[in-house]
Amino acid sequence: MNQTVLKATDLSRDYEVGGGLFSKPGIVRAVADVSFEVQAGKTLAVVGESGCGKSTLARLVTMIEAPTGGSFTLAGTEVTPEKWSDLRTDIQIVFQDPYGSLNLRQRVGQILEEPLKINRPEIGAKERREKAREMMRLVGLREEYIDRYPHMFSGGQRQRIAVGRALMLEPKLLVLDEPVSALDLSIQSQILNLLLDLQERLDLAYLFISHDLSVVRHVADDVAVMYLGRMVEKGSKDDVFTAPRHPYTRALLSATPKADPRAERGRIRLSGELPSPLNVPPGCPFAPRCWKAEDKCRRDRPRLDGGPQPVACHFPEAPQPGAAGRAEPATA
Amino acid sequence: MSLLNVRNLSVTFQTGGGLLRAVDGVDVSVEPGEILAIVGESGSGKSVSMLAVMGLLPWTAGITADEMSFDGQDLRSMSARARRRIIGKDISMIFQEPMSSLNPCFTVGMQIREALRQHTDLDRKGRHARCIELFEMVGIPDPERRLGAFPHQLSGGMNQRAMIAMAIACRPRLLIADEPTTALDVTIQAQILDLLTGLQKETGMGLILITHDMGVVAETAERVAVQYAGQKVEEQQVAQLFETPHHPYTAALLAALPERATERRLPTIPGVVPGLHDRPEGCLFSPRCKFADERCRTVPPPVQPPAIGLARCHYPLAVPAGEETA
Ligand SMILES: Nc1ncnc2c1ncn2[C@@H]1O[C@H](COP(=O)(O)OP(=O)(O)OP(=O)(O)O)[C@@H](O)[C@H]1O
Ligand SMILES: Nc1ncnc2c1ncn2[C@@H]1O[C@H](COP(=O)(O)OP(=O)(O)OP(=O)(O)O)[C@@H](O)[C@H]1O
Ligand SMILES: [Mg+2]
Ligand SMILES: [Mg+2]
Repeated sequence: MNQTVLKATDLSRDYEVGGGLFSKPGIVRAVADVSFEVQAGKTLAVVGESGCGKSTLARLVTMIEAPTGGSFTLAGTEVTPEKWSDLRTDIQIVFQDPYGSLNLRQRVGQILEEPLKINRPEIGAKERREKAREMMRLVGLREEYIDRYPHMFSGGQRQRIAVGRALMLEPKLLVLDEPVSALDLSIQSQILNLLLDLQERLDLAYLFISHDLSVVRHVADDVAVMYLGRMVEKGSKDDVFTAPRHPYTRALLSATPKADPRAERGRIRLSGELPSPLNVPPGCPFAPRCWKAEDKCRRDRPRLDGGPQPVACHFPEAPQPGAAGRAEPATA
Repeated sequence: MSLLNVRNLSVTFQTGGGLLRAVDGVDVSVEPGEILAIVGESGSGKSVSMLAVMGLLPWTAGITADEMSFDGQDLRSMSARARRRIIGKDISMIFQEPMSSLNPCFTVGMQIREALRQHTDLDRKGRHARCIELFEMVGIPDPERRLGAFPHQLSGGMNQRAMIAMAIACRPRLLIADEPTTALDVTIQAQILDLLTGLQKETGMGLILITHDMGVVAETAERVAVQYAGQKVEEQQVAQLFETPHHPYTAALLAALPERATERRLPTIPGVVPGLHDRPEGCLFSPRCKFADERCRTVPPPVQPPAIGLARCHYPLAVPAGEETA
């Protein structure tokens, strides 16, 4: 019984940039025609290079900004800006930098109570405080710290506060934008465990944004790969990691360093430039760096095909027998 | 002779709450052409110890060391002028926060040209050509235009690469890279690491790499030092460290890697790093160590011999047969 919490259809977001004294303004398609679903109790990870539009996607679904194209539904309800204030409490976001995203002049108790104060004014002060205490227990912070300021906590504890604040309004979906990138390994494992616990207990859906594929491999159920604003591959975690179909996914996996000095390297070396987001080539956006690119790739933009592991590529990697024998990448 | 040799380095800061021991008796040595990685808990003194070598700590820092030499020259006793000739030329550093080390008032091109003007005898044209070459080396597209950009006009990853270009501009003999690739994604990270290891091989540059990415350590480093609460707690060749850690902290750190996870819940290290007021008398890791006993809590541990990874521990793990513990 899969329960779809979030369903996005052809979501897009354009930005107008530049337009200085001597240049014409250009359009950046930060997110272009992206479609996906997230189920209750499941984690969809979004991976891809810096600047590929992951955070922009997060801002769209958390109603920080409106899409310039496409639409999405939340538990079946179509989300339009008029309904934002009612629906916002269902989706909350946790950012990468726990320091930058917390108000340093507020005590932990106030930080946790704030979302209730704004969105649930009917709840009285005493009950609010009780809920804040409960949340501290839930995210593994000692209740006696309720009057401390953020700077008195370690990085991991601050990220717990940020997670707690996001959960105060009992959202159905949590968007996690690089939630552990700023933390060191021992704290990272605490936060990942916390997120897994909370997901189980509260049946939360996660949209998990990360460039660390070893973390993604550990937490994700499904993986979506983005490149220059477009989704280029989507599938179950096991399929994407063991049999990537898009050459970019394969390059990304091969470039992720393995924490094993004796492991085989086999890293794919990409040559060619990452195209400017202002000037995406007409064909496949990955073609300038792809070892398989042919004229067709430079001419026609591939669309996401069907099936359980859709890919946007004219010449996908073919894990199926019989289809091998195409060009292979340079490795090091 | 070692390129860099530091013995028993300590750094203290006078803070509101009392005297903070940020670095506590650390030894560091790097040979020419060697890559040493320094890993460890956030706040364990990795950056501060390297800033001490660079002479870049604020005056509030109390620095002591039994030895601090570069290429046989004593960095402590040399004049400020002599030291400036070395720092920035023979030793250079990629700083952890690129935005705070680039000057926002000057274009990145001007900043690199200035470094070249101070430390090389290239003429104007030569400096410009070298700038372009450096930007190409670090993979910044469209270098002519990017050289004229101010730091705030470039993305985080772009600034980080500009910093790297600046740090290698004068062909240093020792490069200290403090989290050089955190703002970069894996395909560009791979390119930067190839560049740095390439320079190390071609020019015999020594490289100190500070990072919390154990994947990067495994793929690039030769020797690894592990720090905890201002102390070096272990040091081994990279393959041995990943295979047989001798200090319980190293073992716990490696166990927390998601790649090594055998179940959904990852192993964690309970508790937090000791602060100013709960610094234990004995081993600094003892409050979080699952093997600790009374001796660990009360007696500072010895440093074990090299065969036991120089582990600062009373009861090192996986002691090779026939080895005597200290
Ligand atoms: N407000 C804005 N105005 C103009 N361009 C923007 C704006 N926000 C984002 N962009 C552009 O949109 C693209 C996608 O940016 P986004 O921040 O979503 O990337 P990201 O995948 O989150 O990257 P990172 O991994 O570095 O966080 C980039 O090219 C960025 O420069
Ligand atoms: N100027 C300063 N004044 C007072 N304390 C300082 C100063 N600079 C650093 N410290 C303290 O010294 C300790 C060591 O800091 P350092 O920056 O070396 O840690 P690190 O190991 O590099 O950590 P990270 O992995 O988070 O970068 C920390 O407790 C830090 O707060
Ligand atoms: Mg982002
Ligand atoms: Mg540091």
